[in-house]
Amino acid sequence: MVELVWLIPALPLAGFLVLLLFGKRIGEPLAGWFGTAMVGLSFVVALVVFAGLWNQPEHTYELSLFSWIPAGNFSVDIGFLLDPLSMTMILFITGIAALIHLYSIGYMHGDSRFPRFFTYLNLFVFSMLMLVMGDNLVLTFLGWEGVGACSYFLIAFWFEKDANASAGKKAFITNRVGDWGFMVAIFLTFFTFGSVKYSDFLGLSSGVAQTTATFIAVLLFIGAIGKSAQIPLFIWLPDAMAGPTPVSALIHAATMVTAGVYLLVRVNPILAASADWLPWLIAIVGCATAFLAATIAIAQTDIKKVLAYSTVSQLGYMFLAVGSGGYSAAIFHMITHAFFKACLFLGAGSVIHGMHDQQDMRYMGALRKIMPITAFTFMIGWLAISGVIPFSGFWSKDDVLSYALQKNFLLYLFGLIAALMTAFYMSREVILVFFGKARWGESAEAELANLQSHGVGAGATQLSAGGTDDPHDADGPLLVDDIEHAKSVHPHESVWMMTIPLLVLAFFATIAGFINLPFTDTTEFLNRWLEPVIGQYQTHLHESTLQLIVELTVSTIVALTGIGLAYAVYVKRRFPARKIELPFLYHGWYIDHGVTLFMGGPGRKLFELVALFDKVVIDGAVNGVGKLTRGGALRLRGVQNGYVRWYALMIGLGAVLVIAFVLTQVSFS
Amino acid sequence: MTDNLLLFHLGLGAILFAIGGVGLLIRRNPLVMVMCVELMLNAVNLTFVTFGRMLNDISGQVIVFFVLVVAAAEVVVGLGLIVALSRRKPGANADDLRLLRG
Repeated sequence: MVELVWLIPALPLAGFLVLLLFGKRIGEPLAGWFGTAMVGLSFVVALVVFAGLWNQPEHTYELSLFSWIPAGNFSVDIGFLLDPLSMTMILFITGIAALIHLYSIGYMHGDSRFPRFFTYLNLFVFSMLMLVMGDNLVLTFLGWEGVGACSYFLIAFWFEKDANASAGKKAFITNRVGDWGFMVAIFLTFFTFGSVKYSDFLGLSSGVAQTTATFIAVLLFIGAIGKSAQIPLFIWLPDAMAGPTPVSALIHAATMVTAGVYLLVRVNPILAASADWLPWLIAIVGCATAFLAATIAIAQTDIKKVLAYSTVSQLGYMFLAVGSGGYSAAIFHMITHAFFKACLFLGAGSVIHGMHDQQDMRYMGALRKIMPITAFTFMIGWLAISGVIPFSGFWSKDDVLSYALQKNFLLYLFGLIAALMTAFYMSREVILVFFGKARWGESAEAELANLQSHGVGAGATQLSAGGTDDPHDADGPLLVDDIEHAKSVHPHESVWMMTIPLLVLAFFATIAGFINLPFTDTTEFLNRWLEPVIGQYQTHLHESTLQLIVELTVSTIVALTGIGLAYAVYVKRRFPARKIELPFLYHGWYIDHGVTLFMGGPGRKLFELVALFDKVVIDGAVNGVGKLTRGGALRLRGVQNGYVRWYALMIGLGAVLVIAFVLTQVSFS
Repeated sequence: MTDNLLLFHLGLGAILFAIGGVGLLIRRNPLVMVMCVELMLNAVNLTFVTFGRMLNDISGQVIVFFVLVVAAAEVVVGLGLIVALSRRKPGANADDLRLLRG
């Protein structure tokens, strides 16, 4: 059964190729159903393979299909490494991607490029599968670049709008910065170990010099930072909202951003062999990202931007877990996050779809009566991400925090504060979208004024005074024609293709936490399942039952406090939202502005210097060779004067010279 | 035939070759230049035959046939060029052909 593993990526690839060639002819909605079927079948195959993997020794299976790059000592195979880690990834990638495909059939209904959307989606899933299944770094890199390219295609899918096109470019370029690290890490790995195959070099890593291992690990970490949107390369992820909502769900939940975490967990023996400060660095970067992104999310007005920053924040938790040595906790949080974030994003998409492409939460409100299924599932996602017992996010976040506490108390504290803010901003989102009074239809204008007087979206409103942003930005200040638009909106619940995935995901967002309950070793199913991959270098938690219970209680209190605070601010209005939604939070600590300023000023000068070097030295060398040839030729042209008799004379002279030479050499004895 | 006589043949060949070569270099009339080339070729032929006789080797005479064939071909092409040139520019000489250079 396990031999069928090659079918898992082959099916989405086949879907991609068929849709690429015949997509237009297949048309809507058949192209969508075809793409969904391919990924769905891939999930079924994954389940079969999963069953087969149980019987393998150490739950590991390797399959080499053919040699891809044979070059002397360096050889790369197209081969799959199937172990508990990649199997886990495959299962939730294909499962969630299939649901997102199904959802997209409803969401993209009526789009002029409907088949092309599914072409890209299938390629995206294929790339991600290659990333996690590849048995060597190069194949992983192939998938790594594949998801990068697909994210570019999909974020800029509605490229008619400039903002979308530039968001796509931003994602791609920011990713390239990280990719540089990954590439150099691959070179260094081959240089050090003579192989890029995981099963070859991971086992050797403990025998390698610490400096070398640290170098490789740092470079891989740079790659992971880019792909998994950590400080300082997280700026692309919030802009990735420009794409259609199913794409956001796919990028944020199942594919792409999890790649960095996967990579670090995969190479955990190298992390273990590197210097002590490296795990600290990873943990601090993760913790800082979790904290920073959570503060930014508080002041956003775009329904998707809040979720985007929350993804950045949750990814920070995963890095915190990796840095603290809790690899299983990172994977655990990745799985639960995949479920509840996909659920939340698809729910947001359903809201946007029902509100006729309105993304600004200030124009929503009271939608729970009109969209009961969406509201129900969204709220399950909300409870899960906020960390309310017994939803999945509670267990995984607590697992991460336990490892953080064992590492250092400050990491734990900042993790807790980020958790508090998570609960707060997610509750704010739920309240603004689904509760309160309707700020659309007849009463739109009055209710909007009411909301503004309370200071919701204050950060965005102050923006208009500065006048730095495009006033037609989806989440800019309130505009008269936007208000007119809001008056005419008639929201509706989405079609079944969209609600079914929501329900399935909500179900898993509820129960996914039970795969790794912290109480006894026997209930930590995920931990034991991942044992062959990470068991050797995983930090072991030394905590008593009492400590565990205290931690769980603290987590619960924190989550409930966050929700309570949001209730007090946005429902009871005990405290003006203006004081919380600060402009500098809305603008993401002005990091984007800072980058723009730097690149427009000193950065530009620096790169002009680089350009000058290119012009003078590099181009100089190339042009110099050309000039030399031309100059020489110009002088030699004089010989070819066109006089036939001159040529004849030259032939004659040449003949005389040759004969004279021969005569000097030959002796007539 | 005495060896002396054969030496005269060689001398005649050399003189004919020199006349042809100098004629080729100093004359500008294309027709005369072709004639000079023919003269040189035939001087070489004479030398070949003479050496063949001196060394009792038949291949000297065989090569002459090759040279004759090549000379015939050369005349065909050369005369064709001269006729084409004269049609286009009556009275043109070989130096006028330098206009053809790239």
